[in-house]
Amino acid sequence: MSIISVKDLNLFYGTNHALKNINIEIDKNSVTALIGPSGCGKSTFLRTLNRMNDLIDDVKIEGQVLFEDKNIYKELNEIELRKRIGMVFQKPNPFPMSIYDNIAYGPRIHGIKDKKKLDEIVEKSLQGAALWKEVKDRLKKSAMGLSGGQQQRLCIARTIAVEPEVILMDEPTSALDPISTSKVEELMDVLKEKYTIVIVTHNMQQAGRISDKTAFFLNGEIVEYGKTEEMFHMPKDKRTEDYITGRFG
Amino acid sequence: MTRNSFDLKLQQLHEDLMSMGEVVAKQIEDSINALKEQDEALTDKVIEKDDIVDKFEEEIEDKCIKLMATEQPLAGDLRRIFIATKIITDLERMGDHAVDIAKIAKKLIGENYIKELIDIPKMAKIVEGMIKDSLEVYINRDISGAHEVSKKDDEVDKLYKNIFAELLIVMRKDPTTINQASQFLFVCKFLERMADHATNICEWTVYLECGERLKLN
Repeated sequence: MSIISVKDLNLFYGTNHALKNINIEIDKNSVTALIGPSGCGKSTFLRTLNRMNDLIDDVKIEGQVLFEDKNIYKELNEIELRKRIGMVFQKPNPFPMSIYDNIAYGPRIHGIKDKKKLDEIVEKSLQGAALWKEVKDRLKKSAMGLSGGQQQRLCIARTIAVEPEVILMDEPTSALDPISTSKVEELMDVLKEKYTIVIVTHNMQQAGRISDKTAFFLNGEIVEYGKTEEMFHMPKDKRTEDYITGRFG
Repeated sequence: MTRNSFDLKLQQLHEDLMSMGEVVAKQIEDSINALKEQDEALTDKVIEKDDIVDKFEEEIEDKCIKLMATEQPLAGDLRRIFIATKIITDLERMGDHAVDIAKIAKKLIGENYIKELIDIPKMAKIVEGMIKDSLEVYINRDISGAHEVSKKDDEVDKLYKNIFAELLIVMRKDPTTINQASQFLFVCKFLERMADHATNICEWTVYLECGERLKLN
């Protein structure tokens, strides 16, 4: 069952045709990986899903992006959309405040003031991000004192604190050491029971490990999209085979 | 091409497989010659040389595991390396059968053969050709070649059936030939199994290219 449907999406940065005739269905409660060489449009596509591209001057978008059958440009406002479709970035970006306040920030913005409720949300979110045990005794300490891997899990906790339905991740582990990477990957396997995850990654082995489906982007187009185990075992398109075997890109 | 060093390692793997194939083919040739000529020294040579075949298997297997660990191959590269581990098992089994034939040859030394060996060497020559051809088919990912080589298995099966029928007649006519004739039947069976192993290599090539498991024999 799909939660996001993209139909005939075209995106232009000025005259640069960055996304060409994109058609894709993202399955609910799954991990979808977006792979492709640098500049192929995968991050641009990711940012389209929560209208982050609206913040860029000179961008033109044609086509349809439906989130739970609602057009994200016509039927949903961007604030509500970005609550329901959260995002985690490549470089961990904790706010310069306490661990507690990082997690509580989003719920507070959305009107939750009750301390008991906020405490519950903070604990639940940190549990959900597999970070609670490591930080429960120092919630008032600055988030900037956490390690890189912990900061990234904090960012994931911050995202799930507002109870999204989809989490977009743009190379979430590329700045992390192998152990932290492994922890974040294990977390994704648990998170997909509750959320839908779309992840951009340059790491083929990561895409193979964590994703259910993979979309291969090249020059702004989707060349191939299918079950990860099939694409990585027997890709249908030679360009996909060449890319994932490292023969180009 | 951006994986030159990996491609060189794959090339080396192919060369190793061809070398192992050559050794196994020679083992088959020598075992049949030992049988024809009743050459005890040659039987001993074949038996000892099986260690070289086993060593090839271990070394190539190690190389494959290391390639998988260090290069983390995907798609066609992964299938290719995985299939190499299957091929060395088939080649090693063929090597074992060559030893089995050499041991029979050793047992029969000093006996007068009940008939001249014509079809058995013929079978062996086809099998030796199948080893080389099936490895080339794998290296070149040649699907039509795979089908061609596997047809030779039918020729081997036909020869096996003919020899079997012939030896049955001989044994019925003269029960004193049963000991020797049954040893020749074992030799034919080993050659027939070797042809099946060579066909397995062709089936793996089809899998490598198409992802389909097809029975070619």
